[in-house]
Amino acid sequence: MSTMLQTEHLTFAYPAEEGESAPTAALEDVTLSVEKGSFVVVLGHNGSGKSTLAKQMNAVLLPCGGMVYVDGMDTKQEALLLEIRRRVGMVFQNPDNQIVANVVEEDVAFAPENLGIPTEEIRRRVDDALAAVGMSEFTRHAPHLLSGGQKQRVAIAGVIAMAPECVVLDEATAMLDPSGRREVLSAIRALNRERGITVVLITHHMDEALNADRLIVMNDGRLAMDGTPAEVFTQVDALRAMGLAAPDTVELLYGLRQGGMDVPLDALTVEDCAAAICRALR
Amino acid sequence: MLKDITLGQFFPGNTIVHRLDPRTKLLCVILYIVALFNAKSVLTYALVAAVLLVCILTSKVHYKALTRGLKPVYIIVAFTAIMNLFFTGGTPVADVWLLRHITFEGIRSAIAMVLRIIMLIMGTFLLTYTTSPISLTDGLERLLSPLKKLKLPIHELAMMMSIALRFIPTLIEETDKIMSAQKARGADFESGNIFQRAKALVPILVPLFISAFRRADELATAMECRCYHGGEGRTTLHVLRYQTADYLVLLAFLALAVGIIVLKHLGL
Repeated sequence: MSTMLQTEHLTFAYPAEEGESAPTAALEDVTLSVEKGSFVVVLGHNGSGKSTLAKQMNAVLLPCGGMVYVDGMDTKQEALLLEIRRRVGMVFQNPDNQIVANVVEEDVAFAPENLGIPTEEIRRRVDDALAAVGMSEFTRHAPHLLSGGQKQRVAIAGVIAMAPECVVLDEATAMLDPSGRREVLSAIRALNRERGITVVLITHHMDEALNADRLIVMNDGRLAMDGTPAEVFTQVDALRAMGLAAPDTVELLYGLRQGGMDVPLDALTVEDCAAAICRALR
Repeated sequence: MLKDITLGQFFPGNTIVHRLDPRTKLLCVILYIVALFNAKSVLTYALVAAVLLVCILTSKVHYKALTRGLKPVYIIVAFTAIMNLFFTGGTPVADVWLLRHITFEGIRSAIAMVLRIIMLIMGTFLLTYTTSPISLTDGLERLLSPLKKLKLPIHELAMMMSIALRFIPTLIEETDKIMSAQKARGADFESGNIFQRAKALVPILVPLFISAFRRADELATAMECRCYHGGEGRTTLHVLRYQTADYLVLLAFLALAVGIIVLKHLGL
């Protein structure tokens, strides 16, 4: 497998605001790479630098130090900007603030229109992208009348219409209700599984991380942990030290272990967790 | 209360007027206005009125919708009528008190002006009633695109217009939310004189503006992430194409405008 995204000793600081003396570093010495076709979840509490990291991935922000490569392309090269942004689509937190047009299909067509794609091909891509997120029946609807989950799926379709190789979701589920979150997550999983699109999901919901291929935990602008969900979530004490909680299942198993029961920590799903406890009780 | 705000209200339909190319409709409205302002006699007014009537009937727009559009201009209509009635020179109607100031010419021009304003507004409202805002901006951009050569920001203007239209419902919803929040904390928007009421609006406008700026910032980033880089090399999902009907209608309106001007010069 080849590398989709790569950062090398990435450092970034926002310009100092008035009244502050020195800029505070948002990212410090972050080195990581994301394989093509993988499903990576980035976790971290507020201000840990996870959103800043996301914006580095399609050249919305440029590194102050170190390098960021998208599919081998250096994000600092201005000539490659459009190509980088086409390959790495970005979905943001508030669906209202990223929908441009007042008809669903017009909005999905926005990116291909910008790329100068011929009309017939735009039509095909719009229909395909809306089908990919299960919004085909809303083609002619007005976006402001849709539910949060539906709006966010339209926003994802708007990105898919660029035919990207990677989609970065910057807390895209944070403003949604549980059913909206489920809709969006299942749409993202389908894109990853069926189309092989690399997904970088930035979130603070632990349960969204359970079936990721890989988990990255950010803390104070640094890469704190990197591994499979089982590897990361079993380090309950380290997670707590960073202000994060392990998923409920792991927390339960952790409590049982401290109470002297012999259960493994890496049973992440509810079913696995229940089975592990049953085995220990037997 | 905010639901009454209608900007470019659109009544969807599937009549020939609805299906016409927005550029055709825009050009026709311009030609119609030219004809209207050149109409002087009963004959020419009747001609323009007949064309308007045909358009209204084929568009199947409800008559009430058109008269409702006239409401805000009633004062202007009345003012124009009175001004024309009293300040046009000529033969007085009768030699008693106020009637001494009213001339036959004044009555004639008052009627003509009132008819002109009403027909002007009905004609332009028919355009916005039968054309969706999006296709209207689309048509406007296409019509004005020759001006791009003069370095005028036509694409940017059209983009601004369509984004403004897109955000009207979002901002109205937000205003409602802010008003409820301020009311919950004891703000009073309904009592007091006009100055007190205007002052009460400040705690609504300030958060609304702040949030609008934040939205604009986020929208700009999201647009850039979707490869927006101005109008250059941009294609569109819906391509506007003139149909036979467009040419025929355009020709008819051109004939109307030219005909009226010719009749005017013939003194009819």
